[in-house]
Amino acid sequence: MSKRLASMADWIDARFPMTSTWKAHLTEYYAPKNFNFWYYFGSLAVLVLVNQLLTGIFLTMNYKPDASMAFASVEYIMRDVDFGWLIRYMHSTGASMFFVVVYLHMFRGMMYGSYRKPRELLWLIGMGIFFVLMMLAFTGYILPWGQMSYWGAQVIVSMIGAIPVIGETLSNWILGDFMLSDAALNRFFAYHVVTLPVLLVALVFIHIVALHEVGSSNPDGIEIKAIKDPVTHIPLDGIPFHPYYTVKDIFGVVVFLIIFCGIIFFMPEMGGYFLEYNNFIPANTLQTPDHIAPVWYFTPYYSMLRAVTVNFLWVDAKIWGIVLMGGSVAIFALLPWLDRSPVKSIRYKGPYFKIALTLFVISVFVLGWLGTQSPTPLYTLLAQIFTVIYFAFFVLMPWYSKIDKTRPEPTRVTG
Amino acid sequence: MRKIKYILCILCLVPLVGFASGPEMKLDRAPIRPNDKLSLQRGAHAFVNYCLTCHSAEYMRYNRLRDIGLSESQIRDNLIFTGQKVGELMTVAMTKKEASQWFGVAPPDLSVIARSRGPDWLYTYLRKFYRDESTATGWNNLLFDKVAMPHVLFELQGVQSVTVKTADDGHGGEQEIKELEVEKPGTLSKAEYDSYVADLVNFLVYVGEPAAAKRVQLGIIVMLFLFVLLGLTYALKKEYWKDIH
Repeated sequence: MSKRLASMADWIDARFPMTSTWKAHLTEYYAPKNFNFWYYFGSLAVLVLVNQLLTGIFLTMNYKPDASMAFASVEYIMRDVDFGWLIRYMHSTGASMFFVVVYLHMFRGMMYGSYRKPRELLWLIGMGIFFVLMMLAFTGYILPWGQMSYWGAQVIVSMIGAIPVIGETLSNWILGDFMLSDAALNRFFAYHVVTLPVLLVALVFIHIVALHEVGSSNPDGIEIKAIKDPVTHIPLDGIPFHPYYTVKDIFGVVVFLIIFCGIIFFMPEMGGYFLEYNNFIPANTLQTPDHIAPVWYFTPYYSMLRAVTVNFLWVDAKIWGIVLMGGSVAIFALLPWLDRSPVKSIRYKGPYFKIALTLFVISVFVLGWLGTQSPTPLYTLLAQIFTVIYFAFFVLMPWYSKIDKTRPEPTRVTG
Repeated sequence: MRKIKYILCILCLVPLVGFASGPEMKLDRAPIRPNDKLSLQRGAHAFVNYCLTCHSAEYMRYNRLRDIGLSESQIRDNLIFTGQKVGELMTVAMTKKEASQWFGVAPPDLSVIARSRGPDWLYTYLRKFYRDESTATGWNNLLFDKVAMPHVLFELQGVQSVTVKTADDGHGGEQEIKELEVEKPGTLSKAEYDSYVADLVNFLVYVGEPAAAKRVQLGIIVMLFLFVLLGLTYALKKEYWKDIH
C-alpha cells in the first residue's frame, strides 16, 4: 500500500512540485527554536481568515444586498436559517478577532524589530494586508444596514467628499449616488465578497512567500541563518516548522478557539464592542443617532480624526483630521527606515525605546477609548495630547533609537 | 522610571470616570429569567394582547414560540388574533404610513428592540408612564420625555402622576427630582404590575434572539470539547518538543 502511495507521489512529483514544496515550506523550513507567546498570531490570523472566508460564503447564500431587505435578511439568517445565528456570530466575532490577532502580530513585529532588514518588504506586504483588512471591515460593517452601519459609513463617505477640488465627484463616483444609498450598498457588497477577499488572499500568500524567503525573525532579533551546521547547512538554532511548530500552533489554535467560542456562545455582542447595540435599529436616513462611534478597532484613528479642531495653513481642520487619520495608519510602513538602533529586539534595546513603546501603547488605548465617547472639550484635549504622543513615537524614532543605550546581541538564540 | 510614567498616565485618567456618567436617569434592573418558560408564556400573552396591535415583530414567526413550550395549536388558539397562519411572521395590519399619521411616528418593530434598548431600559420605560395633559395622548414618560406612545397598560398599572421636588445635588446646586405616585390604582398591585412587565420584557429579550438558549446550550458542549482537546494538544506538543528542550 505504502509502495503504491509512493509511486503515486512520484507520478505527481514528475508533473507538479508537491514533495519539494512540502519540504521547502514545512518539513525543511527552519524556524528559530525560541519563538515565544507573541509568535502565535501569524498562524492564528490565517485561521481567522479561513473562518471569515467559509462563514462569509454561507452568509452570502441568505444575505440580500438591498437597502430595503438587508436588515431583514440578517435577522432571517439569525432566526430561520439552520445554524444561521452561529455562522453570523462566527463571522462578526471573527471580524473583531481578526483585528485583535493582527494588532498583536504587528505589536510583536514592533517589539522584536521584525520589520528590520532583510524583512522590510515582508513588513510592507503586511501593511498592505492591514489596509485591505480595514477596507474589508468597513465594507462588511455596512452590510447589515443598521443605524451604525449607515451613519458610520456616512462619516467615512463625508471624508471623501471633504477632499479639495475632486472630493464631491469622487464621492459620487464611489457611491454611485449623491448620498449613501442602495447603490452604495450593492457595490460595497461586491467589494466585500469578491474584490477585497481575493486581494487579501493574494497578499497573505505573498506575505508567506516573502517570509519563507528571508526566514522568520525571533525574540532575540538575530539571524539564525548566520550560523549553520557546516555539513548539513541547517541553521543551528533552527528547527523544522513541521512537526515542531505545527503541533505548537495547534495548541495555540485550541487556546484561541476557547476564547473565540467563549465570545460566540456566551457574549456575542461583547458588551456592545463587537456588535453595537444601535446597529440593531434599521438604518434611518432621516435620523442621525445622538452618538456615532465606529467599532472598537477603528476608534483610535477616529479619535485622531476628531482631534484636529483648528484650521491650519488655510486648510480646513477636517482635512487635517483626515490627513492625520490616514497618516496614523500609513506611518507604520516607514518603521523599517525610522528605526536606527544597532539591535533589533527590545531585549537588547535601551530605556528610550522601552519608554517610547510603552507610551505608544498607552496612547493607542486612550485614543481607542476616547473614540467610543462623545467629544467634550476635555476629551478633545486628551485626544490631541495622545495624538502627539502617538506620532512622536514614529517621528522621533530615528533620534531616540540612535542615541539609546543598547546591549550587545548574543550570537546564538537564548531561551 | 518607566513605571512612574505609567502610573502618572493612569492617574491622569482617573478623574474621567466621573465625567463619563451623564445626567441620564438610572435604570431599574430587569429581573430577566430566560429559562423560565412560564414567565415567557405570560410575556407572550401580554405581548400579543397589548403590543402587537400597533408594534410588529416582523422577523419573528408565531410557530417559533414552540421554543417557549407552546404547541402549535396552543399558539393558534391563544396568541393569533389576526387569522394568520401559524408559520407566518408577527406583523400588524397598520401600515407605517397610517401609523405615522396617527401617532406622529410609526411604532418601531419590536423584534430586536431588546437588543438595541436593552432589557433594563424596557423594564424601566414600561413602568414610568404618568398622566400629562400637555401631551397629545395625555401620557408622558419619565424615561422617554414626550413619547408618542400612550400608556397602553394603564388599566393594569393604574394612573400615575408626577410630583417635582427640588433637592440638594451635593455640589451646592439644586436638582429636580421627579417622583411618580399612583393616583388611581389599576387592577394589579405594584408588585404584580412589576412582575407583569418583567414577564413582557423577558419575552422581548427572547424575541430579540430566539436562538440564545440553544446558543448557550451548544456553547457548553463546545467548551467541554475544547478543554479536552486543549489537554490532548498540550500533551502532543510536550511530547514533540522533548527533543528540543
